Amino acid sequence: MSSNKKYWKSVEELDESSSIVGALKNNEFVEEIPTDEFLGNIDALASSSTTRRDFLKYVGFSTAAATLAACEGPVNKSIPYVLQPEQIIPGIADYYATSVFDGFDFANLLVKTREGRPIKIDNNTIEGANFSANARIHASILSLYDSMRLKEPKIDGKASTWSSVDSKIKLSIADASAKGGQVVLFTNTLASPSTEKLISEFLGKNPNAKHVIYDAVSESEALDAFETVYGERALVNYDFSKASLIVSVGADFLGDWQGGGYAAGYAQGRIPKGGRMSRHFQMESNVTLSGAAADKRLAMSTANQKQALVHIYNIVSNSSVAVTLDPEFKAEVTKVGQQLKAAGSKGLIVSGIQDKNAQILVIAINQILSSDGFAKSGVRQIRKGSNIKVSQLVADMNAGKVHTLIMSGINPVYTLPNSTAFVQGIKKVKTSVSFSLKDDETASISTIAAAVPHYLESWNDLSIVKGNYSITQPTIRPLFTTKQFQDVLLSLNGETGSFYDYIKLNSSEIIAGSTWNQVLHDGVFVGSSVNISVGSADYNGAATTLAKSKSGKGLELVLYTKTGLGDGQQANNPWLQEFPDPITRVSWDNYLTVSKADADKYEMSNEIVANGGLNGSYATITTVDGLKLENVPVIVQPGQAVGTVGLALGYGRKSAMKEEMIVGLNAYPLYKNFDNIQNITLENAGGEHEFACVQGQKTLMGRGDIIKETSLEIFNTKQPEFWNKQPVVSLDHKEVEATTVDLWEPFDRSVGHHFNLSIDLNACTGCGACVIACHAENNVPVVGKAEIRRSRDMHWLRIDRYYSSEDTFAGDNERKENISGLSSSLSTFNEMEKAGENPQVSFQPVMCQHCNHAPCETVCPVAATSHSRQGQNHMAYNRCVGTRYCANNCPYKVRRFNWFLYNKNSEFDYHMNDDLGRMVLNPDVNVRSRGVMEKCSMCIQMTQATILKAKNEGRPVVDGEFQTACSNACAQGAMKFGDINDTDAVITELVADDRMYHLLEHVGTKPNVIYHVKVRNT
Amino acid sequence: MKKVGNHNSITRKLLLGLTLSVIFSLSLFAQEAAPVVAVADVAAAPAVAGAGDAIKGKELFNGNCAACHKLDAKATGPALRGVINRHDMPWLYKWIRNSSELIKSGDPAAIKIYEEYNKAVMSNFPQLSDADIDNIIAYTSEPKMEAPVAVAGAEVLPGAAPADSGMSNNIILGALALVMIVLVVMLFLVNKVLTTVAKANGIEVAPKTPTTPIWKAFARNQFLVLISSVFLLLASAYFVYGFLMQVGVDQDYAPIQPIHYSHRIHAGSNGINCNYCHSSARVSKHSGIPSLNVCMNCHKSIAEVSDTTATPEYSKAFYDNEIQKLYKAVGWDAENQKYTGKTEPVKWVRIHNLPSFVYFNHSQHVNVAGVECQTCHGPVQEYEIQKQFAPLTMSWCINCHRKTEVKMEGNEYYTKIHEELSKKYGVEKLTAAQMGGLECGKCHY
Repeated sequence: MSSNKKYWKSVEELDESSSIVGALKNNEFVEEIPTDEFLGNIDALASSSTTRRDFLKYVGFSTAAATLAACEGPVNKSIPYVLQPEQIIPGIADYYATSVFDGFDFANLLVKTREGRPIKIDNNTIEGANFSANARIHASILSLYDSMRLKEPKIDGKASTWSSVDSKIKLSIADASAKGGQVVLFTNTLASPSTEKLISEFLGKNPNAKHVIYDAVSESEALDAFETVYGERALVNYDFSKASLIVSVGADFLGDWQGGGYAAGYAQGRIPKGGRMSRHFQMESNVTLSGAAADKRLAMSTANQKQALVHIYNIVSNSSVAVTLDPEFKAEVTKVGQQLKAAGSKGLIVSGIQDKNAQILVIAINQILSSDGFAKSGVRQIRKGSNIKVSQLVADMNAGKVHTLIMSGINPVYTLPNSTAFVQGIKKVKTSVSFSLKDDETASISTIAAAVPHYLESWNDLSIVKGNYSITQPTIRPLFTTKQFQDVLLSLNGETGSFYDYIKLNSSEIIAGSTWNQVLHDGVFVGSSVNISVGSADYNGAATTLAKSKSGKGLELVLYTKTGLGDGQQANNPWLQEFPDPITRVSWDNYLTVSKADADKYEMSNEIVANGGLNGSYATITTVDGLKLENVPVIVQPGQAVGTVGLALGYGRKSAMKEEMIVGLNAYPLYKNFDNIQNITLENAGGEHEFACVQGQKTLMGRGDIIKETSLEIFNTKQPEFWNKQPVVSLDHKEVEATTVDLWEPFDRSVGHHFNLSIDLNACTGCGACVIACHAENNVPVVGKAEIRRSRDMHWLRIDRYYSSEDTFAGDNERKENISGLSSSLSTFNEMEKAGENPQVSFQPVMCQHCNHAPCETVCPVAATSHSRQGQNHMAYNRCVGTRYCANNCPYKVRRFNWFLYNKNSEFDYHMNDDLGRMVLNPDVNVRSRGVMEKCSMCIQMTQATILKAKNEGRPVVDGEFQTACSNACAQGAMKFGDINDTDAVITELVADDRMYHLLEHVGTKPNVIYHVKVRNT
Repeated sequence: MKKVGNHNSITRKLLLGLTLSVIFSLSLFAQEAAPVVAVADVAAAPAVAGAGDAIKGKELFNGNCAACHKLDAKATGPALRGVINRHDMPWLYKWIRNSSELIKSGDPAAIKIYEEYNKAVMSNFPQLSDADIDNIIAYTSEPKMEAPVAVAGAEVLPGAAPADSGMSNNIILGALALVMIVLVVMLFLVNKVLTTVAKANGIEVAPKTPTTPIWKAFARNQFLVLISSVFLLLASAYFVYGFLMQVGVDQDYAPIQPIHYSHRIHAGSNGINCNYCHSSARVSKHSGIPSLNVCMNCHKSIAEVSDTTATPEYSKAFYDNEIQKLYKAVGWDAENQKYTGKTEPVKWVRIHNLPSFVYFNHSQHVNVAGVECQTCHGPVQEYEIQKQFAPLTMSWCINCHRKTEVKMEGNEYYTKIHEELSKKYGVEKLTAAQMGGLECGKCHY
């Protein structure tokens, strides 16, 4: 059944007796808006000296004055090129294939440039370009135009030149070898064959030098485990599309676990085809994107996860290592283990537990299963850091052994847990050089702050997966006086020529069979794939050690990275700050996620206040070492494992940040020993924190049936009418399907193009790449924390998150259990299903639905919004007078009003307020001014451009050419866009699919955005 | 920006009439002048060169040599007037047909030229016969002709006649006005004399019976007041409307540009296709102001305008100075025929300013629809100073979309749509409006 499930947005709603539940159904806000505060005071109103007539006079006069003043237009200048570059035609976009790896994220990209400036990042879809951009990569284009970037090299905080920087470093290195001090290259993981070669040459020339690799968010344990088994420091590049049963023990593989980038492969298996789809079990403590996507999620602490992993190992390998798993999980984990064993090579297990033994067990289980997803897609080289070596370096620095420290791509002062020791140590280093984009925490205390170009201004080569080669090429001339780390290394090695020449020379042996130009054009070169070789270790020993590992006292703090900010490199990026977290829907903050049970225990709560904003309690965290983090805002997170709390890294940056962007708390000091699990005690610190949360806002006013979902069993066995029920309305006292009744005459839409956008709820993982892509494409403004809190966010595309619990259909539950033949575990199972403790999560991207019978159009008094034959609902900004009737009449709440002028306004000091930041604006899309309504246009600038291209070339449009920013960005394939008048188009097939439904079908709006019923393989 | 009213005033029409008549009379005189110049040319030719035919030579020169050589100034190659005085004919035959061979053979004169002109090799012209070369040399041997200028100058004098006749018109008008005044004065005097005579004769002039003044009578007549106030209101509404409607409409906006660029000379006299310079109009949303390197494709060898290009308003010296401005901007050293690398981008004043909320794409109109540039930009080939021809208002756009039939032939994109739409509307030809060209979102996003 699809529709009798209960969906809810906040824990409050589950309480039947709560008055808020009723209030929320009818009102937008729980409490009355305090209009009395400003209207109630009759005396004040009466004593006002401005009468109504005076007021009207002033208005009349100022209108007339403004009209007269507006008569003189400005004189605009046009400055053509003196010498126009051959490849640039003003008005035509050029695309460059490039790749990025910034030490945390990686992707193969196509960068759109206009008149020589990059404005948008798209995925490179050529064969071999396997990694698509996540939200952060999409937003990285704005980081290129960050006005807080380091604009020239600095020595001792003073602007300097590159020649003096070069000579200073050279002198220092010479001095180091004379005095026998260490020279240390302290970098992020490079994954770049040329840079690595360059570094090895440097080490060869300087025997007193060494190279230490550091990953801010460590995967050291997994690397150690892989090294133990296979003798190579790398990570497995899993292929989730080859797995029909996926078991994740604490690994948020749809998020940033081991670099991420698995969502596309995962989503392939999640779309039911021929009655089959993959099954996904997730055991985790925080609610992650992976947990949200899972068919079955077990909320358990890391201590339990370790036991569960050993238990699964026992089952799969027929071993009998003693396990102390909590009884409430035993049955379920046993079931998981048995199913995994039965799945054989189609099974796959992954784990995010930061424990070498746990990671060895994962390899062991996958080896026993001879899992296809494990063995056949090579190894990743995007994490190489070693915790031991980093700790050793800090100790060496403090011991005064390090003479010259050259850092690149890292910000250890901010990210190191023992940052204070590092700061002490750097004072004992003679010369410290920080190659950095910004004058960040580290660069500002280094001797030399060496300004590096952004990756969109740099040359580099990458080998993300062994055997795969890609090139990073500049898409714009360096904006500032910057120099790449590699170019400086070249000159330190005494070589002439640029790093570009070096890569080109170096690549010739790697790209055998192809040419440099071809690889540069494609962006990638597919070499021979390198499968994981054979290896083994003492698996039983590892299992025994793991099973014996003791859990510490107190609550378990699970540190994680958020979809928005990741490791915090791009903290000064307003798009990412304003990006609402997919799970909590909170932007501009990090916070402690606490389970309902624990929140009650510590008397912490969240509440929605009168203006619609969310408030939360503050907590103080104390680690076992006595380290304190005070005033951490608390979010009560349904699904958070009891006894655990979560806190995101990457916030609390202070250096080289715009004032508005300095938000949140730095959690890195708690990241002791690079272990994301810490034992802490919690205290209620009192006070209330104001969140900028879009969770309780834009509610659908009690209208249900927004999300339709069913189970695979029902999907396979029942007719579509059963699980994808069409709403009915009463016509002539008879119930008829809502789609058959209409107030309006239908339009003829059979001519020309008719666009539809399809969203598959099964494939959507809520990653948010589409949200940022939409921002970049459509010049969506950033409004800031205070405005978001007032529900004035400008996101054209939002990803709604709904929690659901199965307490309202116990019958279904029972049947499901009967099928699986494990009815004995029913009682335990039901216990776990208690609402709020472990809800299911559904994501639903919602943008303008482009209704064929749009309610917004009929209420606009000035006909500013109108309908097109192509299915797009048009919004003429210049016609809009800002009555906001349309937004009120929109059942989907997708219209956004410009309450202020967001560009060139110092009140909104984000990218649109500085000349540099405005370079990211798409010249084909208007920048809206104050007082007009705006909304998703279905990227009409893109569809029109596609049509024009076909017209210019004198050919029909081919299927797949029509795209929107969101459908382009969706690597999961959840969003598909096309012309339904093209009978052969993919979209035509999707519209005819049994799973297709419209949002709020009964309203009769006939939308052009379609959704596909979510099917869970429970 | 300059403002222009929405209504055509009578004075404007009168002025236009006057201008037209002036233009026509001017062209009449020009036609008379032309043959005189031609005759002078022909007469001068045989006087100079005996061996070749200078007229044929001119043709050959323009066809083969003019790309790199000028008669009187250095260009890619040396100035050619009087080249016969520098080299003998057999040498010239050899050089023109195959200069590189001559250089290779070690001819000192050849090497000297080769070195002097940055080792640029001159193209070979093996197709030219001795007679052809004789003709060309004959042409280059003509003395520099100052005569046509003088002749033209002399002939232009009658061109001043319309101005003269305008002057005489003014005199006539002035005289007429004077006569009028004299008449009025005389009438007054006669009246006075008659009254005096009557008084002298004792005839009583009937005193004026006091009548209500006309304005009072008018004020009392409510009907008239009503009618006239309605009329006044309507009239003022008409003018206010006219004023408001021209706000933001910059038709005929013709700002002064940093370089006086004449479309009349380029597109008109020289017949250069619009797309040669505005090449992106075919492919992009922007027509593109040509980059300066496009200018230099021609202006590398055109450092000055011909004498006939000058107009009474703009002298040759004026135009030549404008070309020098271009050289300065692009950093071209005309003396040494090379770029200095010092550039000063030209800051043109933008004439056509569409608001940012309007999306307009040139390639859609130029390439797909095949609209002539002149349809929206006016007779550009006649403009000495470029101006905004069209009002660029939305009604102007829409009217055109309503009237213009979509050019669908030979464009496969339209095949299916045309079939469906013509069935729907029952017509063979479809307008842009029927294609959906009136929908808001097609231009506003």
